[in-house]
Amino acid sequence: MRKKAIRLSAAARREQNWGWFMVGPTIAGLLILNVWPFIQTLYASFCEHLGFGHYKFIGFENYVNMFQDPDFWKATWNTAYFCILTVPVGLFLSLLVAILLNAKIKGKGFFRSVFFLPMICAPAAVTMVWRWIFNSEYGILNQIFGTHISWITDSKVVMIACAIVAIWSAIGYDAVLLLAGLQNISKSYYEAASIDGAGKVTQFFRITLPMVSPTLFVVLIMRLMASMKVYDLIYMMVEDTNPALTSVQSLMYLFYRESFVAGSRGYGSAIVIWTVLLIGIVTIIQFVGQKKWVNYEI
Amino acid sequence: MKATSLGQSKRTSTFLTYFFLILGSVVMIFPFVWMVLTSSKTVSESMQIPPSIFPAQLILDNFVEAVKSLPFLNMYINTGLMILFRVVCAVAFSSMAGYAFAKLKFKGKNLLFSIVLVQMMLPSQIFIIPQYQMVAKLGMANTIFALVFPGIVSAFGTFFLRQAYMGIPNEIGEAAYLDGCNQWQTFTKIMFPLTSSSVAALCVFTAVFAYSDLMWPLVVNSDLNMMTLSSGLATLRGQFSTNFPVLMAGSLLAMLPMVVLYMFFQRQFIEGVAMTGGK
Repeated sequence: MRKKAIRLSAAARREQNWGWFMVGPTIAGLLILNVWPFIQTLYASFCEHLGFGHYKFIGFENYVNMFQDPDFWKATWNTAYFCILTVPVGLFLSLLVAILLNAKIKGKGFFRSVFFLPMICAPAAVTMVWRWIFNSEYGILNQIFGTHISWITDSKVVMIACAIVAIWSAIGYDAVLLLAGLQNISKSYYEAASIDGAGKVTQFFRITLPMVSPTLFVVLIMRLMASMKVYDLIYMMVEDTNPALTSVQSLMYLFYRESFVAGSRGYGSAIVIWTVLLIGIVTIIQFVGQKKWVNYEI
Repeated sequence: MKATSLGQSKRTSTFLTYFFLILGSVVMIFPFVWMVLTSSKTVSESMQIPPSIFPAQLILDNFVEAVKSLPFLNMYINTGLMILFRVVCAVAFSSMAGYAFAKLKFKGKNLLFSIVLVQMMLPSQIFIIPQYQMVAKLGMANTIFALVFPGIVSAFGTFFLRQAYMGIPNEIGEAAYLDGCNQWQTFTKIMFPLTSSSVAALCVFTAVFAYSDLMWPLVVNSDLNMMTLSSGLATLRGQFSTNFPVLMAGSLLAMLPMVVLYMFFQRQFIEGVAMTGGK
Protein backbone atom coordinates (compact mmCIF):
# COMPACT_ATOMS: atom_id res chain seq x y z
CA MET A 1 0.00 0.00 0.00
CA ARG A 2 2.66 2.40 1.09
CA LYS A 3 4.84 1.43 -1.80
CA LYS A 4 2.04 2.14 -4.27
CA ALA A 5 1.47 5.62 -2.86
CA ILE A 6 5.11 6.48 -3.36
CA ARG A 7 5.05 5.19 -6.94
CA LEU A 8 1.95 7.22 -7.71
CA SER A 9 3.49 10.37 -6.38
CA ALA A 10 6.55 9.75 -8.51
CA ALA A 11 4.27 9.49 -11.54
CA ALA A 12 2.45 12.62 -10.43
CA ARG A 13 5.74 14.43 -10.08
CA ARG A 14 6.72 13.35 -13.57
CA GLU A 15 3.38 14.60 -14.85
CA GLN A 16 3.94 17.92 -13.12
CA ASN A 17 7.37 18.29 -14.71
CA TRP A 18 5.92 17.54 -18.12
CA GLY A 19 3.19 20.11 -17.48
CA TRP A 20 5.69 22.83 -16.66
CA PHE A 21 7.91 21.86 -19.56
CA MET A 22 5.03 21.98 -22.03
CA VAL A 23 3.56 25.31 -20.95
CA GLY A 24 7.08 26.73 -20.53
CA PRO A 25 7.64 28.27 -23.96
CA THR A 26 4.19 29.82 -24.08
CA ILE A 27 4.37 31.23 -20.57
CA ALA A 28 7.89 32.56 -21.08
CA GLY A 29 6.78 34.15 -24.34
CA LEU A 30 3.73 35.72 -22.78
CA LEU A 31 5.78 37.11 -19.88
CA ILE A 32 8.33 38.69 -22.23
CA LEU A 33 5.99 39.74 -25.02
CA ASN A 34 2.88 40.72 -23.11
CA VAL A 35 3.05 40.90 -19.32
CA TRP A 36 6.24 42.96 -19.14
CA PRO A 37 5.19 45.26 -22.04
CA PHE A 38 1.84 45.79 -20.35
CA ILE A 39 3.57 46.97 -17.18
CA GLN A 40 5.89 49.15 -19.24
CA THR A 41 3.01 50.76 -21.11
CA LEU A 42 1.21 51.43 -17.84
CA TYR A 43 4.36 53.03 -16.41
CA ALA A 44 5.12 54.93 -19.61
CA SER A 45 1.69 56.55 -19.48
CA PHE A 46 2.97 58.43 -16.40
CA CYS A 47 6.21 59.40 -18.12
CA GLU A 48 7.61 61.70 -20.71
CA HIS A 49 9.50 60.02 -23.51
CA LEU A 50 12.94 61.57 -23.84
CA GLY A 51 13.84 59.64 -26.97
CA PHE A 52 15.56 56.31 -27.63
CA GLY A 53 13.41 54.48 -25.10
CA HIS A 54 14.34 56.70 -22.13
CA TYR A 55 11.53 57.91 -19.90
CA LYS A 56 11.13 60.50 -17.14
CA PHE A 57 8.37 60.13 -14.54
CA ILE A 58 5.94 63.06 -14.66
CA GLY A 59 2.90 61.78 -12.77
CA PHE A 60 -0.52 62.44 -14.21
CA GLU A 61 0.61 65.08 -16.68
CA ASN A 62 -0.12 62.96 -19.78
CA TYR A 63 -3.62 62.25 -18.57
CA VAL A 64 -4.23 65.89 -17.66
CA ASN A 65 -3.01 66.98 -21.09
CA MET A 66 -5.06 64.28 -22.72
CA PHE A 67 -8.30 65.33 -21.03
CA GLN A 68 -7.67 68.93 -22.11
CA ASP A 69 -6.90 68.01 -25.70
CA PRO A 70 -9.85 68.59 -28.07
CA ASP A 71 -8.27 66.19 -30.60
CA PHE A 72 -8.37 63.44 -28.00
CA TRP A 73 -12.06 64.01 -27.22
CA LYS A 74 -12.80 64.19 -30.91
CA ALA A 75 -11.02 60.86 -31.42
CA THR A 76 -12.99 59.31 -28.56
CA TRP A 77 -16.22 60.56 -30.10
CA ASN A 78 -15.14 59.38 -33.56
CA THR A 79 -14.50 55.91 -32.18
CA ALA A 80 -17.92 55.85 -30.54
CA TYR A 81 -19.55 57.24 -33.68
CA PHE A 82 -17.84 54.56 -35.77
CA CYS A 83 -19.28 51.88 -33.46
CA ILE A 84 -22.75 53.44 -33.60
CA LEU A 85 -22.67 53.55 -37.40
CA THR A 86 -21.24 50.09 -38.00
CA VAL A 87 -22.26 47.69 -35.22
CA PRO A 88 -26.10 47.77 -35.30
CA VAL A 89 -26.39 47.94 -39.10
CA GLY A 90 -23.64 45.37 -39.56
CA LEU A 91 -25.24 42.97 -37.10
CA PHE A 92 -28.65 43.36 -38.71
CA LEU A 93 -27.33 42.73 -42.21
CA SER A 94 -25.20 39.78 -41.07
CA LEU A 95 -28.21 38.17 -39.43
CA LEU A 96 -30.22 38.75 -42.59
CA VAL A 97 -27.52 37.14 -44.74
CA ALA A 98 -27.24 34.23 -42.29
CA ILE A 99 -30.99 33.64 -42.42
CA LEU A 100 -30.99 33.75 -46.22
CA LEU A 101 -28.07 31.31 -46.32
CA ASN A 102 -29.90 29.01 -43.92
CA ALA A 103 -32.84 28.62 -46.34
CA LYS A 104 -33.13 25.59 -48.63
CA ILE A 105 -31.39 26.99 -51.69
CA LYS A 106 -28.94 25.91 -54.33
CA GLY A 107 -25.45 27.38 -54.43
CA LYS A 108 -25.30 27.94 -50.69
CA GLY A 109 -21.55 27.31 -50.63
CA PHE A 110 -20.97 29.75 -53.45
CA PHE A 111 -22.89 32.57 -51.77
CA ARG A 112 -21.17 31.90 -48.49
CA SER A 113 -17.74 32.12 -50.14
CA VAL A 114 -18.67 35.37 -51.87
CA PHE A 115 -19.84 37.09 -48.70
CA PHE A 116 -16.79 35.85 -46.85
CA LEU A 117 -14.29 37.05 -49.46
CA PRO A 118 -13.38 40.47 -47.93
CA MET A 119 -12.32 38.71 -44.74
CA ILE A 120 -9.30 37.09 -46.38
CA CYS A 121 -8.21 40.24 -48.20
CA ALA A 122 -5.90 42.58 -46.34
CA PRO A 123 -7.75 45.77 -45.31
CA ALA A 124 -4.92 47.70 -46.94
CA ALA A 125 -5.77 46.26 -50.37
CA VAL A 126 -9.53 46.37 -50.01
CA THR A 127 -9.61 49.95 -48.80
CA MET A 128 -7.61 51.05 -51.82
CA VAL A 129 -10.40 50.11 -54.23
CA TRP A 130 -12.99 51.75 -52.00
CA ARG A 131 -11.01 54.99 -52.10
CA TRP A 132 -11.27 54.75 -55.86
CA ILE A 133 -15.00 53.98 -55.78
CA PHE A 134 -15.54 56.92 -53.41
CA ASN A 135 -13.30 59.31 -55.38
CA SER A 136 -15.17 62.60 -55.61
CA GLU A 137 -14.35 63.49 -59.22
CA TYR A 138 -14.03 60.20 -61.05
CA GLY A 139 -15.33 57.66 -58.55
CA ILE A 140 -17.96 55.28 -59.87
CA LEU A 141 -20.31 55.90 -56.95
CA ASN A 142 -20.82 59.58 -57.67
CA GLN A 143 -21.05 58.79 -61.39
CA ILE A 144 -23.81 56.23 -60.92
CA PHE A 145 -25.91 58.42 -58.65
CA GLY A 146 -25.03 61.69 -60.37
CA THR A 147 -23.90 63.18 -57.05
CA HIS A 148 -20.87 65.31 -56.24
CA ILE A 149 -20.15 64.16 -52.72
CA SER A 150 -16.54 64.40 -51.51
CA TRP A 151 -16.73 61.09 -49.68
CA ILE A 152 -13.12 61.08 -48.52
CA THR A 153 -12.44 64.76 -47.87
CA ASP A 154 -15.75 66.16 -46.62
CA SER A 155 -15.62 66.04 -42.83
CA LYS A 156 -19.38 65.41 -42.64
CA VAL A 157 -19.50 62.26 -44.77
CA VAL A 158 -16.04 60.72 -44.44
CA MET A 159 -17.06 58.63 -41.42
CA ILE A 160 -20.04 57.27 -43.33
CA ALA A 161 -17.72 56.19 -46.13
CA CYS A 162 -15.48 54.41 -43.62
CA ALA A 163 -18.51 52.79 -42.00
CA ILE A 164 -19.70 51.43 -45.34
CA VAL A 165 -16.32 49.81 -45.95
CA ALA A 166 -16.25 48.40 -42.41
CA ILE A 167 -19.73 46.88 -42.71
CA TRP A 168 -18.98 45.48 -46.15
CA SER A 169 -15.77 43.89 -44.83
CA ALA A 170 -17.29 42.25 -41.76
CA ILE A 171 -20.68 41.03 -43.00
CA GLY A 172 -19.48 37.65 -44.29
CA TYR A 173 -17.48 36.81 -41.19
CA ASP A 174 -20.31 37.65 -38.81
CA ALA A 175 -22.83 35.89 -41.05
CA VAL A 176 -20.79 32.67 -41.00
CA LEU A 177 -20.73 32.73 -37.19
CA LEU A 178 -24.46 33.45 -37.00
CA LEU A 179 -25.19 30.76 -39.58
CA ALA A 180 -23.51 28.20 -37.32
CA GLY A 181 -25.83 29.37 -34.53
CA LEU A 182 -28.89 29.11 -36.77
CA GLN A 183 -27.99 25.59 -37.87
CA ASN A 184 -28.00 24.44 -34.26
CA ILE A 185 -31.72 25.22 -33.93
CA SER A 186 -33.66 21.98 -34.17
CA LYS A 187 -36.16 21.81 -37.05
CA SER A 188 -38.73 20.30 -34.71
CA TYR A 189 -39.40 23.70 -33.11
CA TYR A 190 -40.46 25.13 -36.45
CA GLU A 191 -42.56 22.08 -37.28
CA ALA A 192 -44.36 22.29 -33.97
CA ALA A 193 -44.88 26.03 -34.41
CA SER A 194 -46.34 25.71 -37.90
CA ILE A 195 -48.71 22.96 -36.72
CA ASP A 196 -49.86 25.43 -34.06
CA GLY A 197 -50.46 27.91 -36.87
CA ALA A 198 -47.61 30.35 -36.15
CA GLY A 199 -46.64 32.42 -39.19
CA LYS A 200 -43.09 33.07 -40.41
CA VAL A 201 -42.83 36.38 -38.57
CA THR A 202 -44.00 34.89 -35.28
CA GLN A 203 -41.60 32.00 -35.76
CA PHE A 204 -38.73 34.43 -36.27
CA PHE A 205 -39.41 36.42 -33.11
CA ARG A 206 -40.44 33.47 -30.93
CA ILE A 207 -37.99 30.80 -32.09
CA THR A 208 -35.16 32.06 -34.28
CA LEU A 209 -34.24 35.22 -32.41
CA PRO A 210 -34.23 33.77 -28.87
CA MET A 211 -32.43 30.62 -30.00
CA VAL A 212 -29.70 32.50 -31.86
CA SER A 213 -29.30 35.17 -29.17
CA PRO A 214 -26.23 33.56 -27.50
CA THR A 215 -24.39 33.58 -30.85
CA LEU A 216 -25.63 37.09 -31.54
CA PHE A 217 -24.20 38.17 -28.20
CA VAL A 218 -20.77 36.68 -28.97
CA VAL A 219 -20.73 38.41 -32.36
CA LEU A 220 -21.84 41.70 -30.79
CA ILE A 221 -19.08 41.62 -28.16
CA MET A 222 -16.46 40.69 -30.73
CA ARG A 223 -17.59 43.31 -33.23
CA LEU A 224 -17.73 46.06 -30.58
CA MET A 225 -14.22 45.25 -29.33
CA ALA A 226 -12.85 45.24 -32.86
CA SER A 227 -14.64 48.49 -33.75
CA MET A 228 -13.35 50.28 -30.67
CA LYS A 229 -9.78 49.61 -31.75
CA VAL A 230 -10.35 50.34 -35.43
CA TYR A 231 -7.25 51.65 -37.08
CA ASP A 232 -6.11 50.08 -40.36
CA LEU A 233 -9.23 50.82 -42.36
CA ILE A 234 -9.35 54.49 -41.38
CA TYR A 235 -5.59 54.82 -41.81
CA MET A 236 -5.83 53.54 -45.37
CA MET A 237 -8.92 55.61 -46.23
CA VAL A 238 -7.71 58.90 -44.78
CA GLU A 239 -4.02 59.82 -44.90
CA ASP A 240 -2.66 62.32 -42.38
CA THR A 241 -2.61 65.17 -44.91
CA ASN A 242 -6.35 64.87 -45.50
CA PRO A 243 -8.20 67.96 -44.14
CA ALA A 244 -10.98 65.69 -42.86
CA LEU A 245 -8.57 63.71 -40.67
CA THR A 246 -9.80 65.07 -37.32
CA SER A 247 -13.38 64.17 -38.20
CA VAL A 248 -12.53 60.52 -38.67
CA GLN A 249 -9.40 59.85 -36.62
CA SER A 250 -10.08 57.01 -34.17
CA LEU A 251 -8.37 56.57 -30.81
CA MET A 252 -5.98 53.97 -32.20
CA TYR A 253 -5.14 56.19 -35.17
CA LEU A 254 -4.36 59.04 -32.77
CA PHE A 255 -2.32 56.58 -30.69
CA TYR A 256 -0.31 55.57 -33.76
CA ARG A 257 0.37 59.15 -34.78
CA GLU A 258 1.32 60.32 -31.27
CA SER A 259 3.52 57.30 -30.51
CA PHE A 260 5.22 56.56 -33.80
CA VAL A 261 4.96 59.72 -35.92
CA ALA A 262 5.29 62.40 -33.22
CA GLY A 263 7.33 60.15 -30.92
CA SER A 264 5.37 61.05 -27.76
CA ARG A 265 5.29 57.51 -26.46
CA GLY A 266 4.26 58.50 -22.94
CA TYR A 267 1.25 60.37 -24.24
CA GLY A 268 0.52 57.52 -26.67
CA SER A 269 0.60 55.06 -23.79
CA ALA A 270 -1.96 57.15 -21.92
CA ILE A 271 -4.24 57.03 -24.97
CA VAL A 272 -3.99 53.26 -25.24
CA ILE A 273 -4.66 52.81 -21.50
CA TRP A 274 -7.75 55.00 -21.86
CA THR A 275 -8.93 52.91 -24.84
CA VAL A 276 -8.50 49.66 -22.93
CA LEU A 277 -10.47 51.07 -20.00
CA LEU A 278 -13.20 52.15 -22.40
CA ILE A 279 -13.35 48.72 -24.03
CA GLY A 280 -13.47 47.12 -20.58
CA ILE A 281 -16.36 49.33 -19.45
CA VAL A 282 -18.36 48.74 -22.63
CA THR A 283 -17.80 44.98 -22.37
CA ILE A 284 -18.91 44.90 -18.75
CA ILE A 285 -22.06 46.84 -19.67
CA GLN A 286 -22.75 44.29 -22.41
CA PHE A 287 -22.35 41.38 -20.02
CA VAL A 288 -24.74 43.00 -17.53
CA GLY A 289 -27.20 43.95 -20.25
CA GLN A 290 -27.22 40.49 -21.84
CA LYS A 291 -29.42 39.14 -19.03
CA LYS A 292 -32.27 41.14 -20.54
CA TRP A 293 -32.13 39.62 -24.00
CA VAL A 294 -29.84 36.61 -24.29
CA ASN A 295 -31.56 33.27 -23.84
CA TYR A 296 -29.37 30.48 -22.45
CA GLU A 297 -32.20 28.05 -21.66
CA ILE A 298 -32.73 24.88 -23.69
CA MET B 1 -57.03 25.70 -53.21
CA LYS B 2 -55.08 26.10 -50.02
CA ALA B 3 -52.28 23.89 -51.28
CA THR B 4 -51.68 26.10 -54.33
CA SER B 5 -51.56 29.29 -52.29
CA LEU B 6 -49.11 27.63 -49.92
CA GLY B 7 -46.98 26.53 -52.87
CA GLN B 8 -47.15 30.03 -54.25
CA SER B 9 -46.03 31.68 -51.02
CA LYS B 10 -43.19 29.21 -50.83
CA ARG B 11 -42.17 30.06 -54.38
CA THR B 12 -42.32 33.79 -53.56
CA SER B 13 -40.10 33.34 -50.52
CA THR B 14 -37.61 31.25 -52.51
CA PHE B 15 -37.60 33.93 -55.18
CA LEU B 16 -37.00 36.67 -52.59
CA THR B 17 -34.22 34.64 -50.98
CA TYR B 18 -32.39 34.31 -54.28
CA PHE B 19 -33.08 37.92 -55.15
CA PHE B 20 -31.51 39.29 -51.99
CA LEU B 21 -28.61 36.85 -52.06
CA ILE B 22 -27.76 37.73 -55.64
CA LEU B 23 -28.13 41.45 -54.93
CA GLY B 24 -25.87 41.09 -51.90
CA SER B 25 -23.32 39.09 -53.88
CA VAL B 26 -23.18 41.79 -56.53
CA VAL B 27 -22.43 44.39 -53.85
CA MET B 28 -19.76 42.11 -52.36
CA ILE B 29 -18.11 41.27 -55.68
CA PHE B 30 -18.35 44.65 -57.37
CA PRO B 31 -15.31 46.28 -55.71
CA PHE B 32 -13.13 43.34 -56.79
CA VAL B 33 -14.44 43.46 -60.36
CA TRP B 34 -13.89 47.19 -60.45
CA MET B 35 -10.36 46.70 -59.16
CA VAL B 36 -9.58 44.23 -61.97
CA LEU B 37 -11.15 46.42 -64.65
CA THR B 38 -9.40 49.58 -63.49
CA SER B 39 -6.02 47.87 -63.25
CA SER B 40 -5.98 47.53 -67.04
CA LYS B 41 -6.98 51.09 -67.88
CA THR B 42 -4.78 54.04 -68.69
CA VAL B 43 -4.98 56.97 -66.31
CA SER B 44 -6.95 59.09 -68.76
CA GLU B 45 -9.28 56.18 -69.44
CA SER B 46 -9.93 55.78 -65.74
CA MET B 47 -10.89 59.45 -65.51
CA GLN B 48 -13.37 59.50 -68.35
CA ILE B 49 -16.77 61.05 -67.80
CA PRO B 50 -19.06 59.21 -68.25
CA PRO B 51 -16.92 56.33 -67.02
CA SER B 52 -15.89 53.51 -69.32
CA ILE B 53 -16.75 50.15 -67.84
CA PHE B 54 -14.33 47.96 -69.73
CA PRO B 55 -10.74 48.90 -70.54
CA ALA B 56 -10.13 49.58 -74.25
CA GLN B 57 -7.47 46.90 -74.30
CA LEU B 58 -5.78 44.63 -71.80
CA ILE B 59 -2.58 46.32 -70.77
CA LEU B 60 -0.07 45.23 -68.18
CA ASP B 61 1.68 48.62 -67.92
CA ASN B 62 0.12 49.35 -64.54
CA PHE B 63 1.40 46.10 -63.12
CA VAL B 64 4.86 46.84 -64.48
CA GLU B 65 4.68 50.30 -62.92
CA ALA B 66 3.58 48.88 -59.55
CA VAL B 67 6.35 46.27 -59.53
CA LYS B 68 8.90 48.96 -60.48
CA SER B 69 7.95 51.24 -57.60
CA LEU B 70 7.57 48.55 -54.95
CA PRO B 71 9.77 45.48 -54.35
CA PHE B 72 6.89 43.05 -54.70
CA LEU B 73 9.11 39.98 -54.75
CA ASN B 74 10.59 40.95 -51.37
CA MET B 75 7.16 41.74 -50.03
CA TYR B 76 5.87 38.31 -51.04
CA ILE B 77 8.85 36.62 -49.43
CA ASN B 78 8.62 38.72 -46.24
CA THR B 79 4.91 38.12 -45.89
CA GLY B 80 5.29 34.42 -46.66
CA LEU B 81 8.09 33.92 -44.14
CA MET B 82 6.30 35.92 -41.47
CA ILE B 83 3.19 33.78 -41.93
CA LEU B 84 5.20 30.54 -42.03
CA PHE B 85 7.12 31.23 -38.82
CA ARG B 86 4.09 32.55 -36.98
CA VAL B 87 2.02 29.52 -37.97
CA VAL B 88 4.73 27.02 -37.03
CA CYS B 89 5.39 28.71 -33.66
CA ALA B 90 1.70 29.11 -32.85
CA VAL B 91 0.93 25.48 -33.66
CA ALA B 92 3.94 23.99 -31.87
CA PHE B 93 3.87 26.04 -28.67
CA SER B 94 0.09 26.34 -28.43
CA SER B 95 -0.39 22.60 -28.94
CA MET B 96 2.05 21.81 -26.16
CA ALA B 97 0.58 24.35 -23.77
CA GLY B 98 -3.00 23.56 -24.73
CA TYR B 99 -2.41 19.86 -24.07
CA ALA B 100 -0.77 20.52 -20.71
CA PHE B 101 -3.52 22.91 -19.59
CA ALA B 102 -6.24 20.47 -20.62
CA LYS B 103 -4.81 17.12 -19.57
CA LEU B 104 -1.97 17.42 -17.07
CA LYS B 105 -1.99 18.23 -13.39
CA PHE B 106 0.70 20.61 -12.23
CA LYS B 107 1.14 23.28 -9.60
CA GLY B 108 0.27 26.85 -10.63
CA LYS B 109 -1.87 25.71 -13.55
CA ASN B 110 -4.74 28.10 -12.86
CA LEU B 111 -2.48 31.08 -12.26
CA LEU B 112 -0.54 30.41 -15.46
CA PHE B 113 -3.73 29.94 -17.43
CA SER B 114 -5.06 33.25 -16.16
CA ILE B 115 -2.07 34.95 -17.87
CA VAL B 116 -3.28 33.40 -21.11
CA LEU B 117 -6.82 34.67 -20.56
CA VAL B 118 -5.77 38.21 -19.64
CA GLN B 119 -3.55 38.49 -22.71
CA MET B 120 -6.46 37.42 -24.90
CA MET B 121 -8.68 40.13 -23.51
CA LEU B 122 -6.24 43.01 -23.97
CA PRO B 123 -5.94 44.67 -27.38
CA SER B 124 -2.55 44.13 -29.01
CA GLN B 125 -1.85 47.88 -29.21
CA ILE B 126 -1.21 48.01 -25.48
CA PHE B 127 1.95 45.94 -26.01
CA ILE B 128 3.15 47.54 -29.19
CA ILE B 129 5.41 50.37 -27.94
CA PRO B 130 7.46 48.18 -25.54
CA GLN B 131 7.58 45.39 -28.12
CA TYR B 132 8.95 47.84 -30.64
CA GLN B 133 11.52 49.09 -28.13
CA MET B 134 12.68 45.51 -27.47
CA VAL B 135 13.13 44.84 -31.17
CA ALA B 136 14.97 48.13 -31.59
CA LYS B 137 17.23 47.42 -28.60
CA LEU B 138 18.11 44.02 -30.03
CA GLY B 139 19.04 45.80 -33.25
CA MET B 140 16.52 43.64 -35.02
CA ALA B 141 14.34 46.28 -36.67
CA ASN B 142 13.89 45.71 -40.41
CA THR B 143 14.24 41.94 -40.20
CA ILE B 144 11.94 38.94 -40.64
CA PHE B 145 12.44 38.28 -36.93
CA ALA B 146 10.86 41.65 -36.16
CA LEU B 147 7.80 40.75 -38.21
CA VAL B 148 7.38 37.41 -36.43
CA PHE B 149 8.23 38.70 -32.94
CA PRO B 150 4.78 39.47 -31.39
CA GLY B 151 3.41 36.21 -32.83
CA ILE B 152 6.02 33.81 -31.45
CA VAL B 153 3.53 32.59 -28.87
CA SER B 154 -0.21 32.76 -29.15
CA ALA B 155 -2.48 33.12 -26.14
CA PHE B 156 -5.48 32.68 -28.36
CA GLY B 157 -4.02 29.52 -29.92
CA THR B 158 -3.33 28.10 -26.47
CA PHE B 159 -6.87 28.79 -25.35
CA PHE B 160 -8.34 27.42 -28.55
CA LEU B 161 -6.32 24.19 -28.59
CA ARG B 162 -6.90 23.65 -24.88
CA GLN B 163 -10.58 23.46 -25.75
CA ALA B 164 -9.81 20.95 -28.51
CA TYR B 165 -7.88 18.73 -26.07
CA MET B 166 -10.61 19.02 -23.45
CA GLY B 167 -12.99 17.52 -26.02
CA ILE B 168 -10.89 14.34 -26.19
CA PRO B 169 -11.88 11.74 -23.57
CA ASN B 170 -9.26 11.11 -20.87
CA GLU B 171 -9.50 7.36 -21.45
CA ILE B 172 -7.62 7.68 -24.73
CA GLY B 173 -4.61 9.21 -23.05
CA GLU B 174 -4.79 6.73 -20.17
CA ALA B 175 -4.92 3.79 -22.59
CA ALA B 176 -1.82 5.07 -24.37
CA TYR B 177 -0.10 5.55 -21.00
CA LEU B 178 -0.91 1.97 -19.97
CA ASP B 179 0.45 0.77 -23.30
CA GLY B 180 3.77 2.24 -22.28
CA CYS B 181 3.78 5.67 -23.91
CA ASN B 182 5.31 8.42 -21.82
CA GLN B 183 3.66 11.85 -21.65
CA TRP B 184 5.52 13.17 -24.65
CA GLN B 185 4.71 10.15 -26.81
CA THR B 186 1.08 10.23 -25.73
CA PHE B 187 0.97 13.85 -26.78
CA THR B 188 2.78 13.62 -30.11
CA LYS B 189 1.61 10.20 -31.30
CA ILE B 190 -1.93 9.97 -29.96
CA MET B 191 -3.38 13.30 -28.88
CA PHE B 192 -1.91 15.82 -31.32
CA PRO B 193 -3.19 13.99 -34.45
CA LEU B 194 -6.68 13.97 -32.97
CA THR B 195 -6.78 17.78 -32.98
CA SER B 196 -5.93 18.15 -36.67
CA SER B 197 -9.10 20.04 -37.62
CA SER B 198 -8.55 22.55 -34.82
CA VAL B 199 -4.89 22.90 -35.77
CA ALA B 200 -5.93 23.58 -39.37
CA ALA B 201 -8.34 26.24 -38.14
CA LEU B 202 -5.62 27.84 -36.05
CA CYS B 203 -3.26 27.86 -39.07
CA VAL B 204 -5.85 29.65 -41.19
CA PHE B 205 -6.65 32.11 -38.45
CA THR B 206 -2.99 32.90 -37.73
CA ALA B 207 -2.18 33.30 -41.42
CA VAL B 208 -5.10 35.61 -42.21
CA PHE B 209 -4.46 37.68 -39.11
CA ALA B 210 -0.73 38.08 -39.83
CA TYR B 211 -1.38 38.88 -43.47
CA SER B 212 -3.93 41.61 -42.63
CA ASP B 213 -1.97 43.20 -39.80
CA LEU B 214 -0.91 46.72 -40.65
CA MET B 215 0.26 48.64 -37.58
CA TRP B 216 3.05 46.32 -36.42
CA PRO B 217 4.81 45.92 -39.81
CA LEU B 218 4.50 49.68 -40.41
CA VAL B 219 6.09 50.43 -37.06
CA VAL B 220 8.85 47.87 -37.00
CA ASN B 221 10.03 47.58 -40.62
CA SER B 222 10.42 50.97 -42.26
CA ASP B 223 12.83 49.72 -44.93
CA LEU B 224 10.86 49.24 -48.13
CA ASN B 225 12.63 45.95 -48.87
CA MET B 226 11.56 44.50 -45.53
CA MET B 227 7.88 45.45 -45.72
CA THR B 228 4.93 43.11 -45.87
CA LEU B 229 2.31 43.33 -48.61
CA SER B 230 0.01 45.33 -46.32
CA SER B 231 2.53 47.91 -45.19
CA GLY B 232 4.01 48.14 -48.68
CA LEU B 233 0.63 49.02 -50.10
CA ALA B 234 0.28 51.80 -47.56
CA THR B 235 3.48 53.24 -49.01
CA LEU B 236 2.26 52.88 -52.57
CA ARG B 237 -0.80 54.93 -51.64
CA GLY B 238 1.42 57.89 -50.86
CA GLN B 239 3.42 57.56 -54.09
CA PHE B 240 0.52 57.35 -56.53
CA SER B 241 -2.21 59.30 -54.80
CA THR B 242 -4.19 59.90 -57.99
CA ASN B 243 -2.94 57.18 -60.30
CA PHE B 244 -5.67 54.71 -59.49
CA PRO B 245 -4.91 52.15 -62.20
CA VAL B 246 -1.44 51.60 -60.67
CA LEU B 247 -2.90 51.50 -57.17
CA MET B 248 -5.44 48.90 -58.31
CA ALA B 249 -2.74 46.83 -59.98
CA GLY B 250 -0.66 46.93 -56.80
CA SER B 251 -3.61 45.99 -54.60
CA LEU B 252 -4.46 43.14 -56.94
CA LEU B 253 -0.89 41.82 -56.75
CA ALA B 254 -1.01 42.03 -52.96
CA MET B 255 -4.34 40.19 -52.75
CA LEU B 256 -3.61 37.50 -55.31
CA PRO B 257 -1.79 34.86 -53.22
CA MET B 258 -4.44 34.82 -50.50
CA VAL B 259 -7.32 34.82 -52.99
CA VAL B 260 -5.80 31.89 -54.91
CA LEU B 261 -5.34 29.95 -51.66
CA TYR B 262 -8.90 30.82 -50.73
CA MET B 263 -10.25 29.48 -54.01
CA PHE B 264 -8.68 26.08 -53.36
CA PHE B 265 -9.39 25.86 -49.64
CA GLN B 266 -12.67 27.75 -49.25
CA ARG B 267 -14.17 25.29 -46.83
CA GLN B 268 -11.10 25.14 -44.60
CA PHE B 269 -10.88 28.94 -44.58
CA ILE B 270 -14.51 29.54 -43.70
CA GLU B 271 -14.83 26.71 -41.23
CA GLY B 272 -11.49 27.59 -39.72
CA VAL B 273 -12.51 31.14 -39.10
CA ALA B 274 -15.97 30.09 -37.93
CA MET B 275 -14.39 27.67 -35.45
CA THR B 276 -12.06 30.31 -34.09
CA GLY B 277 -14.93 32.80 -33.88
CA GLY B 278 -15.05 34.80 -30.74
CA LYS B 279 -11.70 36.42 -31.32
